This record gives sequence, structure tokens and C-alpha cells, in this order.
Amino acid sequence: MKRVVYINDRDLCLDSFCDNKISNTKYTVFNFIPKNLWEQFSRFMNKYFLLIACLQLWPLITPVNPASTWGPLVFIFAVSASKEAWDDYKRYLVDKQANEKKVWILQNGVKTQIHAEDVHVGDIVWLRENEEVPCDLVLLGTSDNQGICYVETSALDGETDLKTRVVPMPCLGLTNELLHKVKGLIECSGPDNDVRRFDGNLRLFPPFIENDVVSLTINNTLLRCCYLRNTEWACGVAIYTGNETKLGMSKGLPEPKLTAVDGMIDKLTGAIFVFQLVVVLILGIAGNMWKRFEGHKKWYVKYPEKASWFEDLVIPLRFELLCSIMIPISIKVSLDLVKSLYSKFIDWDLQMYDEETDTPAVATKAISEDLGQIEFILTDKTGTLTENVMAFKACCIKGVYYKNTEDPELVHSVENMEPHVIKFLLVMGLCNTVVPLKSNSGMLSYKAQSQDEEALVSAAAELKAILIGRTIRSLSLNLLGRLVEYEIMDTLEFTSDRKRMSIVLKEVDSRRLMLLTKGADEIIFSLLQKGQQVKQIAEAVDVFSQAGLRTMCIAWRDLEESDYHIWSKKFREASSSIEDREWKMAEVCDQLERDLELLGVVAIEDKLQDGVPEAITTLRRAGINFWMLTGDKLTTAVQIGLSCNLLLPEPEGQALYVQGKTEEDVANSLERVLRTMRMTNTEIKDVTFVIDGWALEFALKNHYDSFVELAMLAKTAICCRVTPTQKAQLVKLLKDCDYRTLSIGDGGNDVKMIQEAHVGVGISGHEGQQAARAADFSFGKFRFLKRLILVHGRYSYNRTAFLAQYSIYKSLLVCFIQILFSFISGVSGSSLFDSFSLMAYNIVYTSIPVMVNTLDKDISEKTVLQHPEILYYCQAGRLINPSTFAGWFGRSLFHAAVVFIITIHAYRNEKSSQVELSMVAFSGCICLQACVVALETNSFTVIQQVAIWGNLFVFYILNLAISFSSQIGLHMIMLRLCTERLYWSTLLLIVAVGMVPVMALKYFRFTYRPSAINILQQLERLQSVPIMSLPSDDEYGVTYGKEIIPLNATKIKQNAVYEPLLSTPKKASQKETVKGSFWTLQSAKRYRTKYM
Amino acid sequence: MDTGQPSTSSRPEETAPPNVTKKPRSSAFTQQELPACKPLLTPGWVIVIYMVVGVIFIPIGIAALLASRSVVEIIDEYQTACIPSNYTSNDQRVQYIQDFTTDKICTRLLTVPKYMKKPIFVYYQLENYYQNHRRYVKSRSDKQLLYGEGASLADTETCKPKQLLDDQPIIPCGLIAWSLFNDTYSFTISGNAVPVNKKGISWKSDRYHKFGNVYPENFPNNLPNNENGSLIGGSSLDLNVPLNEQEDLIVWMRTAALPTFRKLYGRIEQDLKAHTQLTAQINNNYNTYSFRGKKKLVLSTTSWLGGKNDFLGVAYITVGTVSIFLGLAFFIVQWKYPRPLGDISYLSWNQKPATS
Repeated sequence: MKRVVYINDRDLCLDSFCDNKISNTKYTVFNFIPKNLWEQFSRFMNKYFLLIACLQLWPLITPVNPASTWGPLVFIFAVSASKEAWDDYKRYLVDKQANEKKVWILQNGVKTQIHAEDVHVGDIVWLRENEEVPCDLVLLGTSDNQGICYVETSALDGETDLKTRVVPMPCLGLTNELLHKVKGLIECSGPDNDVRRFDGNLRLFPPFIENDVVSLTINNTLLRCCYLRNTEWACGVAIYTGNETKLGMSKGLPEPKLTAVDGMIDKLTGAIFVFQLVVVLILGIAGNMWKRFEGHKKWYVKYPEKASWFEDLVIPLRFELLCSIMIPISIKVSLDLVKSLYSKFIDWDLQMYDEETDTPAVATKAISEDLGQIEFILTDKTGTLTENVMAFKACCIKGVYYKNTEDPELVHSVENMEPHVIKFLLVMGLCNTVVPLKSNSGMLSYKAQSQDEEALVSAAAELKAILIGRTIRSLSLNLLGRLVEYEIMDTLEFTSDRKRMSIVLKEVDSRRLMLLTKGADEIIFSLLQKGQQVKQIAEAVDVFSQAGLRTMCIAWRDLEESDYHIWSKKFREASSSIEDREWKMAEVCDQLERDLELLGVVAIEDKLQDGVPEAITTLRRAGINFWMLTGDKLTTAVQIGLSCNLLLPEPEGQALYVQGKTEEDVANSLERVLRTMRMTNTEIKDVTFVIDGWALEFALKNHYDSFVELAMLAKTAICCRVTPTQKAQLVKLLKDCDYRTLSIGDGGNDVKMIQEAHVGVGISGHEGQQAARAADFSFGKFRFLKRLILVHGRYSYNRTAFLAQYSIYKSLLVCFIQILFSFISGVSGSSLFDSFSLMAYNIVYTSIPVMVNTLDKDISEKTVLQHPEILYYCQAGRLINPSTFAGWFGRSLFHAAVVFIITIHAYRNEKSSQVELSMVAFSGCICLQACVVALETNSFTVIQQVAIWGNLFVFYILNLAISFSSQIGLHMIMLRLCTERLYWSTLLLIVAVGMVPVMALKYFRFTYRPSAINILQQLERLQSVPIMSLPSDDEYGVTYGKEIIPLNATKIKQNAVYEPLLSTPKKASQKETVKGSFWTLQSAKRYRTKYM
Repeated sequence: MDTGQPSTSSRPEETAPPNVTKKPRSSAFTQQELPACKPLLTPGWVIVIYMVVGVIFIPIGIAALLASRSVVEIIDEYQTACIPSNYTSNDQRVQYIQDFTTDKICTRLLTVPKYMKKPIFVYYQLENYYQNHRRYVKSRSDKQLLYGEGASLADTETCKPKQLLDDQPIIPCGLIAWSLFNDTYSFTISGNAVPVNKKGISWKSDRYHKFGNVYPENFPNNLPNNENGSLIGGSSLDLNVPLNEQEDLIVWMRTAALPTFRKLYGRIEQDLKAHTQLTAQINNNYNTYSFRGKKKLVLSTTSWLGGKNDFLGVAYITVGTVSIFLGLAFFIVQWKYPRPLGDISYLSWNQKPATS
């Protein structure tokens, strides 16, 4: 779709374009209630509760006051709705601020100030320094007479460096007055969300002299939300406005992610629902039988002689209502609340705060439980494992190796002006898009989009080829103290497909034309002049990459004026095409980038981040499989893999390569690797497969099944030379095998895989915020991942597991008592408890202690980091699954029986008044559930103590207060009971009978059948004097070398959930048992002495 | 030479002042480092807890059992005995009880087993009687009981099917009031009447806050017998006494949660010596024969824990004994087969795997 914009002509431009009013709000004042209700009711559980609440309005069947369901329902809806409303209101305020911002536009030839929302397509907008761009503009003029302006695009793509934007050729040099009169036509593509691309054409109308068509690129635009920097003023014509701007098109509400625990909770709720239906059916039939055979004899009940047709439905429906409390109405709200608290704990965590870059950890989505269940981590390399601070490390020029910029030989060669070396330096210094900036003090600094370029320019500067100035048309270089000016003829940009970048320069003095190229070795090698010696350089490339360095080949070509002009014309054509521009340009570029002279290769070091090997070792001990996906070369990737413990050197580890030149080769290689894998799987060896992008593409296309098997067998993998799409494909593959995946990356090329994975983690690094903004969690350094998973992920999982099951337990407890009561009330569907207590039970009496349980820690952070294997528990879902749930179910059944039987026996005969008896049973429930929370709490902080026991206190205070109100049925009841000895002795008995067996069982398990968590708890107790802790290991944990505990690679996820996975991993070796002694005190001491 | 450079003077310095950082606040709560105590179920503690529970519970249980045993109770089941012996089948009994023309007075001889100290509570006990049935328990109007005619028709909606009598509101309405228990008892000892005090048998709070100064109206049980052929429920009410003084009704309307229950009939305010022959004269009016419910007359003293109920005492002693037994068992197991806590060789990943 094409868009035609008439500059500065509202009459011609009025058609169909929206105005500049932006609206990010989800609701309006009028549709808030219906829309929000609609959204809330699209959840199954809410529909269920609404149905129950509606049924309760029918007085014939309702066992309790409808308020007991409507109250919590309204409360819960109000909580969710107010949260939504508040968020939306904040969005509205932000929008309003943006819409009412004053901007200067040209109206009828006069500069006028209007609200930003009134800007229309075609208007000329004036901006001053540090102002925000109100809509997408095509630049027409700036204060700079070269037509340059600088923008900061961090709000758009997160990159903090300044970018240069230039005025299109015809408008260059237009004065302020002329800009008021400028008219013209811009053709461009329809609105899209690609912030890195803009294709358009500009033609100015007479009387402006240059009236032929020129192409427009993203470099001629100012996009909404960018800031104008370092430029006094700029003006441009609005092309996309309102929600059609690049920013407006790229936003979108992210899909909510469902965690594995959520899935399990939904399943359990579904099971309860089915159970409930069965109970209702049985009791309904029993009730009708009782009515037929017994009920009609009870004259005092006065069943009507003639029953209406629905009479037989009444009792089942009553039981349905009575049992509706089985599914706790509060569970979703409690879960939402605690989940946001987990996120807050991540945000607040000082140990995940990166001092260096002032980056705190950020949890964007509340899916921390999933972190505890991660089985696969797919990581990017550059910037994620490494610092992405590049440093020039070595180079090889025409076969001669130089160590670094201080290498005397290199300095000597430069001073001697050896031609190759000088050429080499020129490419390093000039073939880039770096902007040199001079600060007030005269210090030169470089603003670069790529860290590689900055490293090269800085290195060149150290070797006295200092880039000192850049304009749109020229470069100035201080070469050995002599100023050399270059005219920039063309820039052949870097794209990830081309994997190279070239620049055509004309030396101003000598009028010499030249092409400077830098790029990946295999690409450059294929573009060389025939008959050139490549071998030496190829060797150098190998040497460098084996040392884990990034390499880049440097090449040169002298151009003939005539050749260049022919090519130049084609290039202009291609660059002004609107459709397929990128592809056409690449085509044209290929015609110039050939017959190159290979000068040499530079090696750039990208240092590993602090703590990466330790983090990877720990996480692998936790049973997490690591895949490294990188765009880098195979050898470099493998080296980095070795240095960060991802790959283990022989004999512990083995790397198997899947490669080949042809498809057949790849297929054979894959088969071979697979065979080896199957074989070695029985021994203890850490097998890794290494595959490159090309082979991967083929393997995924034609040998999907074999590749999946390979992926299952290998604990680690390195995929190099992969594209962003392939990264996402690999994530998808693992997801399809039902593994929980986590992707971590830092750059724009990782966004796809971050979004694809169950959990996406972004490193806010030098490559900008793009990945961090797409991610669910982000922080400054890779090593924080260890803490994120082992500490936050694990705790969150444990806490949610408890909260969910406990919520169901307490609801079942009350419900079972109601069911038991129905057997002594003629199966008629009477409720033992009164409406008020039932309503308050879920939202007042029992919600707070369990929410405060989010502070619980089963074992300390330090212990978890020392024994990361404990994460198996979370991965295998051992804390919430049908069998743990069965335990809770049984416990609630037992407790219900205890409360019911004791109450009806203690309060029988003359004591059997229903209000009293129900209050006794209810107090029993409250006390028992408090004791259960207390028993299941592993660590009591003051807050928990206050919440658990304070809540009990609140229960009595509240009920005593109610006792004094004569309006409700509970009048004086609690007061009467509290003065009775019988009441207190019954309550004590209930608690004792309820807790004695539960505690005995727990003790027995804890001591004689301890789970790994129990053992570590005991260990912690024994070591309350911190024997194993080292002063420095708080942050990084202890390095235990390269012990990787094997996990059974063939573990199949589907049936793993309920099975005691932890009992005995099938494979281990003699060596493992030796390593086991690591945990004994002696070795710990030994370690200590070694460290101190 | 630097024509193309932006003028450095206009370059904005740091947008944020340097002392503003995004560093999270440090507090024990935000860092999840609140001091916490971590109780563990270590053998020592558990054994002590179970022993202590046992030591506390057994004496309480014994005390409760003694209290229960100290209560003297006379129970007389009279529903069969108070029907002339020629009414053998259940249908005949129902016929007998529904026959308003006959006088159904019945005399029972009760022997006081032990010295009974005053006050002696007189209860009637009903069995297989579902006051907790959903149709029954809801069939009342608290508003009407408090405000009488001030209650609207909507307020008495719950009373159906005993809401209206000939389109006039029944006060008190509902099945509960309608089925009011109407057996009466009087006692004599060798011809001397033993007075039964029927004042103050209901809850004070009920008299003051639940039942108002409301006079019964259109009460169906007050109709002449068999009018309209409709069945009469229970007792009639004195139309000249306000509801808040009709204590039998107030007691009856505190519905019981169990199908077997006792309700207070009155108090005998004199001590009864052991082996005294107490004659109870029973007006056997209430129909429990349709559903084979039992009726019992109960005379009972009271203790600090209430009436005669061994359950609590027995339960306490059982819990105490089990607890001590468990404590001992844990102790012996721990002593014979001590198991070191925190033995990491039990960690599955440290265990020598079975070769498969």
C-alpha cells in the first residue's frame, strides 16, 4: 500500500489519514464496565462462579444467603477491575500528556503552536533541541548547514548512542524562509512497524530547483519518541501520525504467559470440578431417595403432596451450591497478588543489581514459578556470555602477525609507512559509521552502533590514524599527524545477510577512488581477486578463532572513475526503489565488492563476563541443559564454550560435529553423530553436538526426527552461524518436546527466541534494550541468571505450590464438613455454617496467613546455591502434582472428619443448638488451618508469626464484635461460647486430634524417609556455624571445578511428573561417588584452606 | 577541519543527576532476609512435644470423665409405654395420637438413682427428628418474631407453607413454630407436687433481642380441632402472652443441629434424695409415631463441663495415651536405630546408583 503525502498542503492531504491523537488505553469511561466484565468472564473459573452466584438467587435452592458467593465475587472482581482501571488511567494520563504537548507547526505560512494531537499528515513540524518528536517526520531542514541532526532513539529501540539523520539532498541548504514555502510530494509505503526501515521518494515542486525524485531512507526520518540532540533545531514533514507511526504500529499488548504451575492448578481445579459433580450427583440421588422414603413421613417438614416437575432437581442443585466452595473463589486473586510480589522481590534484589551499568533486575511478567522448572537454557553468546566490550587483540597483515597496538613491530611498520599496513589502518579507521564527538575539554570520544567498529576505530587511533571528523559527505582522518580528507561517495551497509560492510571514498587531495571493505572471512575470501594467496590469512583466522577471538577480514580495492560511475547510477536506482529495496541493493553491491585485495585479518577479543563459567557449572549441576546459539564462527563458539564450562575438554566431555558441504554429507554426519550419542549415552561423558546454521537448516527441514533425538540425547549443544529465525525454531523444537525452555540474549537478533521461549530473559547490555524490552526478565549480567533461577525461581515455585494446594485444602475442609452434615440433616442440602462465616472464611479468615507464606524459605539461598541439584524437585514438578494434591485432599478429608465427629459428640443432647455447634466446628476449622500453615511453614519471620496468630486473634475479635450486634443470627453466640469450658476443651481436642497424626507422619518422613530438601534442612541446622561458606562466595557461589552430575538424558517429561525422579538417577560412575565426598566436612575444610 | 561536527557547547550533559541511581532499596524485607526462626522436626523436640501433650491431656481427660460421671441422669423413654397396649401397629398409634377426643395422660414412675442436687434440669429428648432439615430450618421469619405485624409479606416469604391462614398472616409463622412440642410433664413425690420452674429456660439474648413484644395471631394450632380437615401441628399458643414470654416456643425455635436432641423443659429447684420414687405425669400429645421417633423424659444435674457426656473425657485420655505411646515409639526407634540428620549420603545425587 502506497501513501502519498503533499508537503504543507492540508487541502490536498486531508484524505483518510488519522490525526495525531494517540491512545494506548484499553477502555473508555463508557465501555469500561462491560468490557472489563466481558474480559473477566472469559476465564472459565469466573464463569463458573457467576453461574453459582446466579443459582443462589433462587431462594428455593440456596442453602445460604446469596451474599456468601456474591460478596467474594464482587470483591474479587472489584480488585481485578480496579487494578485494570488504575493501569489504564495511568496510560491515559501519559497519552494525555503526549497529546497536549505543544508543538510548532507551519499553518498557512505562519509558525503556530498547537497541541500535538492536532498535527496532520503533511504538516511541517518544527523541533528544538532536546524536544521529543511528536510523530514520524521526514527531515526537511536542520540548523546544521550540512543538513545533519542527531537523534537519540533509546525510547524506540533502546540504543543509547546518538544517531545521525540527514536532510534529503534536494532540501539541503534551504533557508528558514524557504522552508516556510516548500511544497512537494512524498511517496512512501504504508504504515508498518519496522523502525529500521523506511522506503520513500521525495519530489519538490517548483520553484525549488532540484525537482527530480530522490530516495528517502530511515536516515532521512525522525521517528516519534526520539529526541533531538546536539542540534539547535530541525523541521520535517509529518508522514505517519497517531497510531500509524512506527512506534504506534509496533506496540501491542503482549500475550499473557501461562506458567506450568498455572497449568497444573487448572488441571487440579478441573479434577475437583469433576469430583464435585460426582458428589453432587450422589448426594442428589440420596437426597431424593430420603425424601421419598423418609421425608414424607416427617409431617413437620410438610412436603407438598403434589410435587412440581423440577422438584427432583432441587436437591442436586442445592448440593451443587453447597459444594461450590470446593473451588476456592479467592485462589486466582491470591495467586495474582503473590506473583506480583515475587516479581517485586526480583526487582528489589540487590544481588541482581549491576553496579557498573546501574541496571536493576526487572521482572516484566509475573511468571517466576516457571523459572524454577526450567530444563533448557538457550543462550546467545556475544554480549550475553561475553562482555561485548571489544578490544583489538591482534592482527595479521599480509601474513605477518602483530600482537596488539603496542607491538613495536607494528608501530615501526606504521612509522615506516609500509603501504599494506597503512591501507590496513585506513580500512580500520574509515570503513565504519562511527561518529567522533569532541567534548568541551577537547577529548575525542566515539559513538558507534557496533562495538566491533568502536574497537577498530580506537585501535586505529592508537596507531595514529585518528578519525576526527565525520559529516554526511566527508571524513577527516589524522594520519600520522597529517590531516587527510575523504569524500564519502557511497556506503554499502552491513546487513546480517551480507555479513560485510564497505565504503567508497575519494581522497580529496589525490582524487583517488577506493573501496574499503571489512567482513566475515568466508565472505571476503569469496570476493577476492583471482590468484591471491589466501592460505596465510586463513591460517591466521584459524589461529585467532581458536584463541576465542572474533576475526574480521580487511580488504581493499582501487576503483576506476568510469567503472564507479556506471555502478553508481545503478546503485542510485536501486536505492530509490520502494519495493524490495534491500534485496536490490544487495544485488548491486555485489557488483562492486569483487576483485578485492585481501590485506589481513584483525582479531578482536570479547571477554567473558565475570562469573559466567561458575554460573553455567552451577546451573548444569541443577540439571539444566545448555544450548549456545550464536551467529559467530564455529571455532570461536567452541572456544568460548570451552572457556565458560559449557563444553568440557576430553576426557570428561566430547564434542561431536554435525557438518558437511552438501546435504548428503550433513545427513550422514547427523546419522554418525546420533550413533555415537546413543553409544556414549551409557557412559559418563558429557556429549555435546556442534552444528552450524547451514547444516541446521537442512537437518530441521529433512531430518527433523533424527535431530529431535539428537537434541534429547545431548546435554549441551552449540549452534553457530544461526539466524534469529533459526534460534526461534530451536526453541520451538524443544518446546514441542514438552521441555520448559528459557532463552537469554542481549541483542535484537535474540528477540525472536526470547519471545518464543517459555521464559525470556534479556541482558540489558551494549547492544541496546531491545532484547530486555521483549523479555520477561532482564538484568545486567549473565551470572545473575543463577540467582534468578535457583533462588527466585525455586522459591516462587515452592511458594505457589503451597499456596495453591493449601487454598484448595482449606476450601475442601469446609466443604467436606458440609457434606458430612448433610448425612445427619436428612440429605436435604442444609448448610451447617451460616452465610456470613462462609463468606468471611475465604476472604478474611484464611487468606492472610497463606499469602504471607510468600516469605517462606525452605532452605537458605546459600544452601540452594551450594546444592543446585535440589532444583530437580521443581523441574520434575514434585511439589505440586496429582500425588501431592492427593495428600492435601486426604488431609482435608481427615480434618473435616475430625472436626465434625468431635463437634457432634461434644455438643450433643442439650448442647446441640445449630448456631452453637456450627460455630464450634467453624472455630475448629480456623484453628486447624492455622496450625497447618504453621506446620508447613519452614521459616518463621515476625510477619508470618503475626499473620498466622494475629489472624486467629482477628477471628475472635471479629466474632465477638458480631456477637454484640443483634441484627444477625450470630448474636451472642461467640460470647456464650467463649465463656464455656466445654468450648475450649473441644477446640483443644480438635487441634490435637487433627495435628498429632499429621505431625507424626511428617516427622517420620522427615527423619526416616527424608526428601533431599529435608536432608539439606537438617544439614543447614547442623552447620548453623557456617563451615562451608566462603567469604567471597555470596555472589558467585563456590566454584567446584567442572563437576557435572549427569542427568538421565532420556528422561521423558510426560510421565515424569508424578514419579519419584530423584530416587536414583540411573547413570553415574565411580567418579561420582568420589565427588559425593565433596559434601563432607573434611573436603569442605580442605576447600576452605585452599581458598583462604 | 571539524566543520561537520556538532557544536560541542550545545550538547546536553547527563540527563539525570549523577546521584540518582536505579539501585534498589536495601532492607531486610526487600532482600528477603528478615530474621527467621526455622523450627525443624528433630527427634528431641518431637519426642518432648508428644510426651508433653500426653502429660497434659490425660489429666484433663480424667477430670472431664469424673465431671461427666458426677452427673446424675434419669432417662425415661415413654413413647411406646404411653400408648395403651391395644394399639400395637404403628398406624394405630398414629391414629391414637391424632385423635383429639381422647385424653392421653400417662403416668410414669421414676426412681432417683443417686442424690440429685438442685437445680435439676428437665429435658425432653427427641430422636430421629430433623430440626436441621432444610425445609424446616428455613421456615421462620426472624423479622416477624421481633416486629410482629411490622414484618411485611416479603419478610415472611420463607415461612411457606405456613405463611398465611385464610390470607391472614400467621404469627408466628413457619413450620418450626407450627410444630411446637406439646407434651407436658408434671411431677409428684408421694402425692406432693414437685414444682417445675419454667421461667428462664430460654436464652436471655433470645428473649430480649430475637423475640419482640408480639402477640400470636391466626396461629393454626389454636383452631378448633380438625377444622378444614387440616392437620394440626404441635402446641397451641396463649394468644394473650407475647412471644418473648413464651419460653417453650423460644427454646423450640433454637433449632438443633442433630437428629437427636434435648430441649430444656424446666427446672426442679429442690434436691432429690436417692431412691426417691418420682411420679411423672405426661400429657402424651406429640406425634413422633409417623416417623418412629423416640421421646424421652430426662432429668439431669450438671457439672462444670455441662451434662453427662463421657466423650470428651475418653477422647482426651485416648489422645494423651496415643501421644505418649508415639513419643515412646519415636524414642525407642531413635535409640535403637539412630539416624543421623543431614546425612548427605542419602542425597539421591550422591548415592551410588544401582547399575542397570
